[in-house]
Amino acid sequence: MELDPDASGHGPEPLIAVSGLKKAFEDVVAVDGISFSVERGEIYGFLGPNGAGKTTTINILTGLSRPDSGAISVAGLDCSGNPKAAQHMIGVVPDESNLYPELSGFDNLCFCASLYGMRRRERQERAEELLRAFGLEQAAGRRFAGYSRGMKRKLTIAAGIIHRPPILFLDEPTTGIDVASARQIRQLIADLNSTGTTVFLTTHYIEEAERLCRRIAFIVRGRIARVDTVENLMRDTEGRHVVRFSFRGDAGRVCERIEAALPGLRCSRVPDGVRVESADPVRVGPVVRLLEDDGLEVTEARKIYPSLEEVFVSITGIEAGLMKQEKERNRGGGGS
Amino acid sequence: MKTWIAFWGILAKDVRSYYLKPPNISWGLLFPLVWTTMFFVRSGLGIDSLPDLLPGLVALSILFGTTSVLSVTVTFEKKGRSFERLLLAPISLQLLMLAKTSGAILFGTVNAFVPVAVAAFLTDLSAVNWFVLIPAATLIAVSSTFLGLFIAVSVKEVFEAQTFSNFFRFPMIFLCGLFFPVASLPPLLRPLSYMLPLTYGADILRGSISGRNTMPLGLDFVVLAGFCAVLFLVTLGNINRKWIT
Ligand SMILES: Nc1ncnc2c1ncn2[C@@H]1O[C@H](COP(=O)(O)OP(=O)(O)OP(=O)(O)O)[C@@H](O)[C@H]1O
Ligand SMILES: [Mg+2]
Repeated sequence: MELDPDASGHGPEPLIAVSGLKKAFEDVVAVDGISFSVERGEIYGFLGPNGAGKTTTINILTGLSRPDSGAISVAGLDCSGNPKAAQHMIGVVPDESNLYPELSGFDNLCFCASLYGMRRRERQERAEELLRAFGLEQAAGRRFAGYSRGMKRKLTIAAGIIHRPPILFLDEPTTGIDVASARQIRQLIADLNSTGTTVFLTTHYIEEAERLCRRIAFIVRGRIARVDTVENLMRDTEGRHVVRFSFRGDAGRVCERIEAALPGLRCSRVPDGVRVESADPVRVGPVVRLLEDDGLEVTEARKIYPSLEEVFVSITGIEAGLMKQEKERNRGGGGS
Repeated sequence: MKTWIAFWGILAKDVRSYYLKPPNISWGLLFPLVWTTMFFVRSGLGIDSLPDLLPGLVALSILFGTTSVLSVTVTFEKKGRSFERLLLAPISLQLLMLAKTSGAILFGTVNAFVPVAVAAFLTDLSAVNWFVLIPAATLIAVSSTFLGLFIAVSVKEVFEAQTFSNFFRFPMIFLCGLFFPVASLPPLLRPLSYMLPLTYGADILRGSISGRNTMPLGLDFVVLAGFCAVLFLVTLGNINRKWIT
C-alpha cells in the first residue's frame, strides 16, 4: 500500500515497519496483506470493528504469533524470521488480563519485572511506584483474582510498562471499564507518550483514537482502508455536506437510483437508511420524494456535522455506533 | 545474567504457587506410599524385602512427583492466558522450557528421597550405591518431566492433561518393571517396556539399591539420557510450532 508522503511522518526510519503482512486461520483471513509504519514517538491508532484483525496484528508484532507472509522490522531488528527478536524493547497490554490470578498485585508486578531481568530491589521499587501511580496501593497485597475489572486492567497496564519499554502495544485499553477509569488510563497513555514512549493502540472508540492518536489506521476485514493524521482525515469533511435519511421498508438498490436521478450526490447504505453526500448543500426534498416513490416510509432526514466518526463511516461503510454497541454486548457476556 | 534472573523468577514462582501447595505434596507423596503399602500387605512380604520394593517405590514417587503438576499447570496457564506473559518475555523458548520444567525436576528428585528416608528407619541401606542412585533419580525426574511437558503441549484442556498423563503413568507402573520384572510380562508386551524410559531408570535404581539390575548400568544411563534428549528436542519443536501459532 502506498502511503501519502505527508501522512507517513517525518523521520527517515520508522520504529515499526510492516509490509505485506498476512495471516489466515483455517478459512478466515484475519490479516490480509497490510503494510504500515509507526514513527518514533507517535501514538499510532488501529481503529476497526470486531474481527477486523487488530489483535492478530498485535500478536504478530509482539512475537506471540507467526505471520503467513510479510516483513516486520521493529527498531531496526528484523522480526520476520525471529518473532522474539525485539521483545526486550516492547511492552504489551493485551485485550484481556493475562496476569496470575493466584498472585497478589505486588507479586504479579515483581514477577513480570523478573522476566525482563530486573533485579530484586529494582523490581520492588518499580512495582511500588506503579501501584502508587495507578492508585492500587491498598490492593497491592490482595490476590489478583479478587480485583475488579478496572483494577485488573490498570494492573495489566502496569505490568506492561514495568520494564519501561520504548514501544508499548495496547489492545483496547479502555474497553469495558467505567468512564473515570478510562479517562485516567487515557491520561496515562498521553503521559507515557510525552516522555518518549511510542504507542501502538487498538480501539473501537473513535473519540479515543481522535483524542490520543497522531495517526489513525482504519482497519476493516483484515485490510487497512486508510491511514492518516487526524487533521488530514478531518480535512476530508471540509466543504462536504452530509445528510442521513432513515426509513422503513426494503431499500433494494435505492442508492443507485438516487445517484442516477440526482447528479452530484454520493449515496451509501447505512443501517435503516442511506447516507447522502455532496459538495453543495443537499436538497432534501427530491431525495425524500424519490425514496417515498420507491415505497419507503421516510422517518427522518438529519444533517450530519463533520466529525472523525463521519470520516470513518464514509471510508469503511461501517456505522461507528453499531461497532461500539456490538463490542459492549460481547464484553458484557464474557468473563473478565 | 538477565535471562537467569528470568529463569529464577519463573522457577521460584512455580515452586511457590504449585509445588509447595498441599494438594501437590499429598498427590506426589501419598499415592506412591499408599500403593506400596497395599502391595506390601497383599504380597505378605516382610520388612526385609523392602530393598526389593524400594526401587519401584522410588521410581513411582519420581513419576508422580514430576507428572502430576507440570502438564496441568501449563495447560491451566495456557487457558488462563498467563502463559502469554512468558511467551512475551525476551527469553528463548529453550530457557523458558527449562525454567518451567526445573520445578518439576526438582520436586521429583526430592520426592525420590522420601521413600528412601522412610526405608532408612526400617531397614539397612548400607549396600546402596548413592553415586548411582542420586544421578539416576535426577535423570528419571528429567525424563518423566519432559514426558509431562510433551503431554502438556499436546493437549488444550486441563482435564485432557490429567487423563492423558494417567494414560501414560498407570501402564508404566506395570510395564517398566517397577514391581514385576519385565521378563515376567507376556512376550507381546515386552517390546513396549523397552520403549519407555522408566524401564531403564528403574533398572538403574534396582542396581544401585540391591545390585540386581538386568541390563548393564552404562547402557541404562545412555538410553535414559537419549530419551531425555529426544523428548526435549521433540517437545521444543512442538512448542515452537504450537505455542507461537
Ligand atoms: N486463533 C484463532 N483461530 C481462528 N480464528 C482466529 C484466531 N484468532 C483470530 N481469528 C479470527 O481472525 C479474525 C480477526 O480476529 P482479531 O481477534 O484479530 O480481531 P480484532 O480486530 O482484534 O477484533 P475484536 O475487536 O473483537 O478484538 C476474526 O475473524 C477471528 O475470528
Ligand atoms: Mg481484539
